[in-house]
Amino acid sequence: MAKSGAAPRRDETERTLKAERGGAAAAKLDRLIHERVRLGILSALAANDSLTFGELKGLLKTSDGNLSVHARKLEAAQYVAAAKSFQDRVPRTEYRLTAQGRRALERYLDHLEALIRAARG
Amino acid sequence: MPAQPLRDRAADNLRFIRSTMERAGSFTAVPGRGQVVIGATALAAAWLAARQPSPLGWTVVWVAEAFLALAVGGWAMIRKARAAADPVLSGPARRFWLAFAPAVFVGALLTVALYRADRAALLPGTWLLLYGTGVVTGGAFSVPVVPVMGVSLMTLGAAALFTPAAWGDWWMAAGFGLGHIVFGAIIARRYGG
Repeated sequence: MAKSGAAPRRDETERTLKAERGGAAAAKLDRLIHERVRLGILSALAANDSLTFGELKGLLKTSDGNLSVHARKLEAAQYVAAAKSFQDRVPRTEYRLTAQGRRALERYLDHLEALIRAARG
Repeated sequence: MPAQPLRDRAADNLRFIRSTMERAGSFTAVPGRGQVVIGATALAAAWLAARQPSPLGWTVVWVAEAFLALAVGGWAMIRKARAAADPVLSGPARRFWLAFAPAVFVGALLTVALYRADRAALLPGTWLLLYGTGVVTGGAFSVPVVPVMGVSLMTLGAAALFTPAAWGDWWMAAGFGLGHIVFGAIIARRYGG
């Protein structure tokens, strides 16, 4: 009888510990990157030297306005750098991942992995 | 916060990052419809080349076909890039061409060398092998079907090298003709035009 009562308590304690470890890792997540479109922009730029606004829009299947808002937030945080130019009189914006942005993405990936490890116990 | 949903969300985000990076690194401006047209012109060239009485006439037909294919492919690529409002030489496209061009350049040099050595019979195998090699190496930066197409062309090229010379135009029709038509149709259907 004593054994059967101890086992559920141990399970509950383990679950609490896991949740606490997971919670700590979750708290470290960079909220700026955590949003899907912004995470998509950084991931896409991590795989390319540079991408244009049109390429990012096609890749992430989002609207001009949405992409523009999220790209501006990443620019403000200096995670991406934007270069504006004209091609055949059409304005063209080209984005690159900055060193700061690459480090932030790497940190974010580390935290995701920590979250998964914590949840596994 | 419950650990299980957190882990699921983290795993989901990791999958999203991986798939975004894979799609971003793929060159999708390879024009599927343009390849179908190139395949059709190659079939016509195979028919015409098989009727040439001399190696010179045969070589001229295929070299003319190569230039025609280059023009059609270039035009289709520009058209596809413009339709998507993308630059023709974006990062992935540049990497594709840099990996593709060396094999084609070697193919051009060997064409001259083999023709001058009176070994034009080796050209079908050489062309298919080198073009296939270029497609495989360029395809490393492209959608998965492109390297598969390259390997198919290389296989046909290897077969052409070790079978009777009279079969040359059949191998060329199979590789440059049917190969472009089949893989071009797959690219057009899966990757938009």
